[in-house]
Parts: sequence; structure tokens; C-alpha cells
Amino acid sequence: MTKVFADRIDIDLMVNGEPVEARVPAGQHVIDFLRQELGLTGAHASCEHGVCGTCTVRVDGASVRGCLMLAAQLDGADVWTIEGLSDSEAIRDLQEAFIARNALQCGFCTPGMLVAAEELLAQGGVPERAAIREHLSGNYCRCTGYEAIVDAVETVARQRAGQVQA
Amino acid sequence: MTVQFGNPDRPNSYIGKTVPRPNAGRLVEGRGKYVDDINLPRMVHVAFVRSPFAHAKILGIDAKEARLVKGVLRIFTGADLAEVCTPWVAVLAHLKGLKSPPEHPMALDRSCWVGEPVVAVVATSRAAAEDGAALVEVDYDPLPVVADMMTALDASTPVLHPEIGDNLAFQRLHEEGDVDSIFAIAHKVVSARFKTGRHTGVTLEPRSILVDWNPAEGQMTAYHATQAPHMMQTVLAKHLDVPESRVRVICGDVGGSYGIKVHVYPDEVATAAISKIMARPVKFIADRLESFTTDIHARDHEIEAKIAVDANGKILAFDVDDWTAIGAYSVYPRTSAIEGNQVVNLCGGPYDFANYRAKTTVVFQNKTPTCQYRAVGHPIAVAVTEGLVDMAAAALGLDPVEIRRRNMYADDGYPITSPAKMRFEGLSHHQSMDKLVELMDYDALRRDQAEARARGVHRGIGIASFIELTNPSPFMYGIGGARISAQDGCTVRMDPDGSIVALSGVTEQGQGTEAMLSQIVAEGVGVLPSNVRVITGDTQVTPYGGGTWASRGAGIGGEAALRSARALRDSILEVAAAMLQADQASLDIRDGHIVDAESGAGRMPLEELGRIVYFRGDTLPEGLPRELVQTRHYITSEYPFAFTNGVQASYLEVDVETGIVKLLKHWCVEDCGRIINPQLVDEQIRGGIVQGLGGALFEEIHYDDEGQLLNGSMADYLVPMAGEMPDMVVGHVETPTKESMLGAKGAGEAGTAGAPAAVMNAINDALRPLGAQVTQMPFTPERILRALGAIED
Amino acid sequence: MINNQCWESVDAEGGQQMKASPGGYARANDLSHAMLLLASAEGMGRVLAGGQSLIAAMNMRLSTGDMLVDISRIAGLSGVTDQETTLHIGALTKHAEIGASPLIRKHAPLLAEAVTYIAHAAIRNRGTIGGALAHADPAAEFPACMLALGAVLHIHGSDGERSVAAEDFFQGLFETSLEEGEILTAITVPKAEVNERQILQEIARRSGDYALAGLCLVRRSTGHRISLLSVGSTPVLARNTMVQLDRGDIDGAVAALREEIDPPSDTQASADYRRHIAGVLLRRAVAQSRGDAA
Repeated sequence: MTKVFADRIDIDLMVNGEPVEARVPAGQHVIDFLRQELGLTGAHASCEHGVCGTCTVRVDGASVRGCLMLAAQLDGADVWTIEGLSDSEAIRDLQEAFIARNALQCGFCTPGMLVAAEELLAQGGVPERAAIREHLSGNYCRCTGYEAIVDAVETVARQRAGQVQA
Repeated sequence: MTVQFGNPDRPNSYIGKTVPRPNAGRLVEGRGKYVDDINLPRMVHVAFVRSPFAHAKILGIDAKEARLVKGVLRIFTGADLAEVCTPWVAVLAHLKGLKSPPEHPMALDRSCWVGEPVVAVVATSRAAAEDGAALVEVDYDPLPVVADMMTALDASTPVLHPEIGDNLAFQRLHEEGDVDSIFAIAHKVVSARFKTGRHTGVTLEPRSILVDWNPAEGQMTAYHATQAPHMMQTVLAKHLDVPESRVRVICGDVGGSYGIKVHVYPDEVATAAISKIMARPVKFIADRLESFTTDIHARDHEIEAKIAVDANGKILAFDVDDWTAIGAYSVYPRTSAIEGNQVVNLCGGPYDFANYRAKTTVVFQNKTPTCQYRAVGHPIAVAVTEGLVDMAAAALGLDPVEIRRRNMYADDGYPITSPAKMRFEGLSHHQSMDKLVELMDYDALRRDQAEARARGVHRGIGIASFIELTNPSPFMYGIGGARISAQDGCTVRMDPDGSIVALSGVTEQGQGTEAMLSQIVAEGVGVLPSNVRVITGDTQVTPYGGGTWASRGAGIGGEAALRSARALRDSILEVAAAMLQADQASLDIRDGHIVDAESGAGRMPLEELGRIVYFRGDTLPEGLPRELVQTRHYITSEYPFAFTNGVQASYLEVDVETGIVKLLKHWCVEDCGRIINPQLVDEQIRGGIVQGLGGALFEEIHYDDEGQLLNGSMADYLVPMAGEMPDMVVGHVETPTKESMLGAKGAGEAGTAGAPAAVMNAINDALRPLGAQVTQMPFTPERILRALGAIED
Repeated sequence: MINNQCWESVDAEGGQQMKASPGGYARANDLSHAMLLLASAEGMGRVLAGGQSLIAAMNMRLSTGDMLVDISRIAGLSGVTDQETTLHIGALTKHAEIGASPLIRKHAPLLAEAVTYIAHAAIRNRGTIGGALAHADPAAEFPACMLALGAVLHIHGSDGERSVAAEDFFQGLFETSLEEGEILTAITVPKAEVNERQILQEIARRSGDYALAGLCLVRRSTGHRISLLSVGSTPVLARNTMVQLDRGDIDGAVAALREEIDPPSDTQASADYRRHIAGVLLRRAVAQSRGDAA
């Protein structure tokens, strides 16, 4: 093997606002790194080929598929997972809306779904239901049939726009 | 003592209210604990080398290279595991003639489907196990493949398991009345050939198990994503030779089940066998590609069927010839003959008619085994029945709602026994239909349809009535010899501070079991639901029970919870009466306080009663029973099943140039008896509908003639996503079962049962003016264009 | 995300693994460093940009042992710039950035529209246009857009820069004219004329899925350019169709189109369906181009 290529890579990053240093295997994707090395088991590995969205986390401000990014690529990154977003209360209103509307059943897709939904909500305004559906179309939910999720996201959009009381 | 469900102002009236799920707060914060989230000291991972051939002799296995991979610890063959694990045979005595050969956790000398486990590689990480698995060389000699269902019994087709004689697993013919004579003289006979796609569940959490055999204490602990922990306890105990009392199955959070996780999977038993050999924790998490080839498949049926009606649209007879192919083995222990058997039981279900013939033919093939998946057999039977009813209506020029009203069992005519010999205690087809027509504003929708058609836009309305089998008794499995409990139990305990713990044999798969049980126990004892902690999914802790399947959690588990809660209430009141020197009948428990039943005046908080019983028992009369814990079990006995009913409607638009179907809206009115938590029921219905819509429009496993699975990835096996799904209106009629105090029947499968038929009928309603009809699911753009004759070959 | 053509080989191999096994990883600081890394990879070098196709393929072990050269941090390879008659698009420009770029929306609206069809938000946040083009998936939108727009692709190699017309870039299924050791660095597309129409029509079973078939129509003063996706082993420039359209013969164009494509059959649709639908999409695109112009 050529020396310039490493099979273990040192990375230095921020995860949920806390500094992390790690040495990761070249082939390890972000979701395995977060789950197995850091114990952040909130987001899940499900399809590992970029389709289902259960591994969705926030990297440098944008939602990404945790299975389609290598941990080695995280050097210098700012990563937020459901654990950090919960602790910081950044999406408390969205989480409460999910509970109130029963927008989750088994909960396996929920952490990824919340990250995806928050990205849409952060754009501001009150999106049409079709736009909510379109934005969430990369996140599978096999339990709810999606309507409750769309309802919850729409409710929070209205709350944040000041249209209804939280 | 009964609960006054009719009185919404009754004390502790939590049954019937929307109460938030106690476990939802955890899950939205990513604090769920699924099997893959658990890591144990000395834990190792297993990956399986799986057969790339649908049928092949295994001539040799060379694992030399694999052993050299860093991290690889052990490699096992089927023969290795056969030394510690006995094979199983998945038959049921009451399904007469059902046969299947013995199956081992891994193939011995022959593989019978693509994906069958052949070699297990155990390593310190999943990645290392996969590295090892990639280097295992298996020498296969391919054998002839049985791929096609309809020719499986032909003399020219090779026999898959020569030791059982032929490729016929099971056949059942049911005949009632004089079917042939009726068809000969009927005013109108309509026939059609239906096909339903081969599905799989696509649980977002793949199948997962972590087994820890501790020889020092002789205990096996299995952390398992399952619907039936006690069944798994029994299975692991039996086949790995451990007493049942020493097998503990723990079922924490489960990431979706839908029937997929109620079966015994060879690779999961293999994981337990490996743990028993290696005496350390072994984890197996199926990856997504494994899921497609090894999770059970379902619903691959072809049906030739006809209906006979008189000039008024009265249904005279149904004749149904159903075929299904179940893969290479009947699946343990529920067997793979149930789905076909259900088609026989359920066709024609909502309708009052006399002459019925239904036959199911269940054959073996070299594909992934099929077995019970959400709404077992229902979507098939409903599609056949409702498809034929709509075709008959069209042939007679009758409105689809009207023909159903002329044939559905009268709401006041129960109990009744159907021509399929199903016994209905009480259903509400007419009330449900009336409510549906009102909710969807049927006439306005017909006007909208006509208006659209004038603009060249092809919209369709589809109606589908259905019955759903819930609350099964031992008639489903137990009488056939399967060690599957139809009974369920609940233990309810008061802790010293007056808070309540309920331990239940039914499980939480996300449907809201814990919320439902907390409401029932809260009402039954007389405390706030938030003061009830529900524990499920631990076989060494909870009473023995069946778990989650056949929509039984609320009806069976809920009734056990109610009875144990009422028993605890009685125990508490007996102690309270002694302490307060009052007549027990004059006391009640409300919001955690002993009160005077008449006036509601507070007499004593439960906390005070708890303090005395647990810490100052010396102050109580000597003979006073002081068990602040009660267990009750419940089983249905009067009816084999509690049938529910409902009706769905779909409104959609067909792009006749591309064949794309756009779902505009969907309605469902159903009757699951007593509703415990309206929101949870509605969301079960919605989720179920969408799973049915997947079957109608998207889901279909494809194989080639060599038994190779062609679309085993999430990019190719399409399930419903947010963008294409409609909003759904859900309504209810409540006809409680009189068999239980609670009166609840099941609601988990109604949505899935009726949705595909509603969509099929809506598409055909849209296409009828163009002279086209589709009956093969899923209704892909291509199938629709071909039905329209738009594609040049 | 990855195209379905890949999967069948997975099952045929019986390989059912989901953990990537690359040979190694190195992060390139700049273009010359990337060149050096590729040169030292002994033929196993693989450029990693957004990774949205490559990492999925690696997870499934469709590709193993690669020496990954991560170019995603190289400065100057990202962004859209106005170059008078053309737009210059850096290869590392992410799909989401293209969709949001005012320059793209104004001067190459086809690309902005294409972004709405590409997978889902999280993929678009990370996937790059250069990665998509180098991957050369015949079912992807951007390669077909390049053909319709008449784009030029800029390639950096050990011998310096070279430029290739889109029509010469796509050579086969997942095959391009990129040589070993070369990196796609940028794309230039001509800015739309005042009355130019750029239209994308596609049919997919679910939002974000690979199209059953898709069609790009560009109508300029010099005539029509029609390209298709998901109808062959490469994105297709439908030259005969363009000739018929320029003559104003729609029926002739539809016939020519169905004649000059050779679509695949797979589990989603047959070649016959795709051929049929290509004609439907053409009619719709032409109608749209006229309707919008009116």
C-alpha cells in the first residue's frame, strides 16, 4: 500500500458543540462513527445506500446522509445529531409537535426525519403541505403514512410564523 | 363491577381519550434503545455467507483465507450448528395435509433460495466479519430451479424436496351451497384474474438479535427485535436445549414490525447457536440487502375468480381459485399456509350470500420463504371480492355504493355464520357505509369526477368494504400444535408511593401499546395514566403471553390489563376499608386517592395506604390480604376470532398518457369495537392504509427464471414516500365485542386490508370509459398503459 | 444514491455486505496535490468528491480497494461565475448551490430545474455536479442537461488542462473520456439567449427516484437540442429528433425519437414503455415551449 494513503485517519471536529478527536478507518461512514465510536445512537443505519434517510444528521449546517459521507471527511466539521439538538432545545417545539400529533410510531426514522424537517422549517415561512411532503420525500417512514408528520411540521411552521399559539 | 363506558363524565375516564404515548418523548430525543444500540462486554458480530444460487448442492467450503482476516475469530458451517441446534418442521395439525421438510439454522448440503445462510463468520466487528465472509469460498453445484408458481405442480417441474413427494405444500377446498348450478343459471356472471405482488415488510430497523449465553449461570439472554418474545423464548429453549425458565428474551424498542418480526429466522437462531458455542454475546444485524432476500415475503398470489349476481344485483355465489408460492420452506412456527387459508376464509366477507367455493393451492419454489405480513390474506381476499363486486355493478349499470348496500349483512342480523364458516358476533357494514358516503360527500365527488372527465382528466372513485380478523383464539395456531399463546397476561402492582407498575405480555412495536395499557390500568385502578409505568417485552419479568400479532394487543392484552387493574383496585379497597373501617363498596379510587364513592370526598391518598401496607403491616388486621399486586390472564372463548369491519374509498387521477396514478384523497370508516385511544387508532389506520397503497402502486419483488431476486434494494423495491401519499380521512363506528369487559377489537390491519382494493376500483372507475381494466398489482404506469393499449410492442 | 443497474450484479454475486472496504484515503490540499496522489495510487486511485454515488457503491462493495483521493476541500473548484457568454461552474459546486444560484436560474434554468428532480434535499446538499458528471449515470439529470446545453467540460491532467464537449464526454455505461489520473474541474455552459427555452420533462414513480425516462429540450435561434436520460447506456443527444423539430414536424420528431433510442428494460419499466414515454415527454416539452412563449 502506498504510504500517502492511510487506512486510519485522524480527525478533529465538533460534535454537538463538544470537541472530538478520533482516528477512524478509511471506509467507516459517518453514521457508524457517530453510533459506534461516540455512542450517539439516536440516528440509525438502515439502508446504508443513501435511500431511507434514517441516518440524516446535520453537518456544517446542512442535512446529510450519514451513510454517504466518510468519517474521514469530517475533519474540521461541525456536526449536530438528535442528541445535541435535543440538549440545546433547538427543536423542542418540533419534538413536542411530533409527540402531540403522534407523528412517530416505532421512532426509528424520527431522528432523521426531525433533522430533515428542521432544515425546511429553518427556511422560514409556512410551506404548503405539498412542499413539506416533497422536502421529506427522502425520509422513509413505514409506520405513520406520513400525514401526521406533515401535520406536525405544518403546525410548527405556523407557530414559528406567529400564526397560532405554541 | 363494570366500567360505565357510556358515561363520559365517569371518574377516571381515560379509556376513550387521546392520551400522549409515554414512550414518544424518549424516541423524539433519539433515546430509543434498539438492539443495535446495545453493546455488551466481549460482544462479537456475525455476518453470513449466503447462497448466490436459488438451488444448489454445497460441495465444499474453504474458509482458509477468511480465517486470516484481522478480527475474524470463528467460522461456522451448517453442520457445526446442527450439533447444538435441532431442526424444525413448520406444519400445523389443523391445516390438514400441510407439509414441509426439516429446516436447520444454516444450509447443510444444499441451499434452496438466494440468501439462505450457508456459512457464519464471527469477528470483532461487523466490518471484519464482512471482510472474512467475502473470502469464504463455497463450491456450489447448481440444481434445477423451481421458480414459477403456476407450473410448480407440473410433472415436468423438478420436485424441490423429493422426500416429501411433490411441490404441493398445502391445498384446501371449501364448498358451501350449490355453486355450479347457480353459475349455470345466474342472470350475470363476471370473472377476472387477479395478481397481487410479492411484498416484503421493509422495517426501517432491520432484523436484529443479540444473544448472550452465559454457561456459568446456564442462562441465555436474547435482546431481540421481535413481536413475540415468549414464543421466541420457547423456540430457543426447545431447539438449543435450555429450560424455558433460563431463556430470557428482552424486546426493547423495535423499529417497525408489521408481521415481519413475528417469525423464526434461521440466521437469528444461528446467532443464538453460535453464542451457545462461543459462550459470549453475539450480535446479528441484517443489512439492507440481506433484508430483501431473507425477511419473509408475502402476498404473491394469482387468483381466478367469478361472481354470480341476479338482475337486482343480489350476489348469488363466489367461486375463487387461489394459488400462492411460499418459497422453499414453510416458515416456523406459524407456517406459510395461513395466508392462502385466509383467502378462503375471507372472500365475500361483507356479503350475505349462500353459495361459495374457494380453493387455495400452496406450492414450494426456490425463493425466499413467505409468511404472515400485516393483514395476512386480507388485501388479497378484499381485492378479489371488491373487484368482482365493482365489475358486477358495472355490468348491471349499478352504482358501486348501491350494489354493496343491497348485499351487505344487515347491521341487526348478528350473530351470523358466513358461507366460509366464519362467525360474526356483531358488525356494522351499513352504518359504516353511510358514514363513509357522508364523510367523502360521495355525490359531490361524482360531480367533480364528471366535470374533470369533460376536461379530459380521468379521475376515479373506488370503494372497498372489508372484514378484518382480530383477537385470535387458539383456533389460529394453538390447536394445530404450535406453541404460540393466544392468551395474554398482565400483572399490576402498586408501589409504596401509590404509583402503579403494569407488566404485560403484549409488546410495543410503536403502535402505542404502552399508552393503551397505561390508560386501561389508570382507569381500572383509579390513578392518572402518567402514574402508570408499563413494562413489556421481558420474558423473565412479564406474564407469559402471545405478543403483537393479528391485531390482538388491545383486545386481548388490554382486557388482561383491565381485569388485573380491577383486581388490584379491589385489593386496595379491601385494605382501605379495613383501615378506614368503612364498607368496601362505599369506597372508590379516583386520581390516586381513596374516596367516598357517593360524595367523592377524599379519605386517604394511595401513598398513605402504601406506607402502611409496606412498612407498617403490623398495624393491619392479621388475616387481611395485603397483596397489592394482581395478575390476570385473558383468552377469548366464545368466538374463534373477533371480526371487525369497515369500508374505504379512494379518489385518484390517472394520467392516461403516462400511466401515472396520482392519489387525491383516501377515506376509511372502520369499526374496531371499543376505542381506547382515538388518536392511536386513527394513526394505525393511516399507517395501515399507506402500507396498502404501497401494495397497490409500488411494491413488488421481482425474480428471474433462475430464482435471482432482481430488485433487492431500497432504490428498486419501492415503498410509499411522503410525496405521493394522500391525506386520509378516518371515521369510526363502535360495536364493542361482548366477549370482554373492555369490548375492544383490533385496528392494526384494517387500513392495509382495504386500501389496495379501493385503489384498484378507483383506477378501473377512471379507465372504464376508455374500455380498460387492471387487476394485476401493483398498478404500475406500464401496466396501466398496456391495459389502455397505448404501448406498441 | 446509486442506479439500479448496479444492484443486479450484487445479487448475482450473492455478496450481501454493507461496510465499505477501500484501500486507503488521502485528502488533497490542492489540485496538484490531488494529481500527485492519483499518480501514486498505482492504478487504484479514485476521486472522492461529494461521495453520494461512490460511497453507496463502496458500502455495497461494488467497489473495493480504492485509494480515495478526497478533493472535496480543494479551494477554487466550487461556485458559479459569469464569463460574459458562458457560465463557469466549478466541479465541486453542490446540487443545492446550483439550484439556488441566481446566475444559474437566469442563464441556465435547465440546471436549476434539474436539481428539483435529483434525489432529495440531503443528497443535494452534498452531491456535486462534477461528481455527477464523472459518474456518468445515464439515469441522472445533469449528464443529459450537459448534452442539451452543449456544455464543455474542463479536465485537469498531468499534462495540463483539456476541454471536452459534452457530446464526446459520455462514452458508455458509467464511462467517460476521463483518463486515469485526470480530474474534472469545471463545466462551462452557454448563457441562454433572450428567447431561449429550456425545459426538462421526466416521469418517475416517486419524487426523487431515477426517472423512467426524462427529456431535456433547449430551443435556441440555431435550432432545437433534445437530450434524454434513462433511455440507454449513456445520456442521449437525439439528433434526428432535433432535425425533425427544426422542420416543425412534431409527429416526425416523435417517430424519429422512438427510432433513435434503445432504452433498457428493468424491474421498473420495459424498453417499450420507455420508448413510448419518450415520445409523450417530447410532445409535452414542445407544448410547454410553445405555451410558455405565447
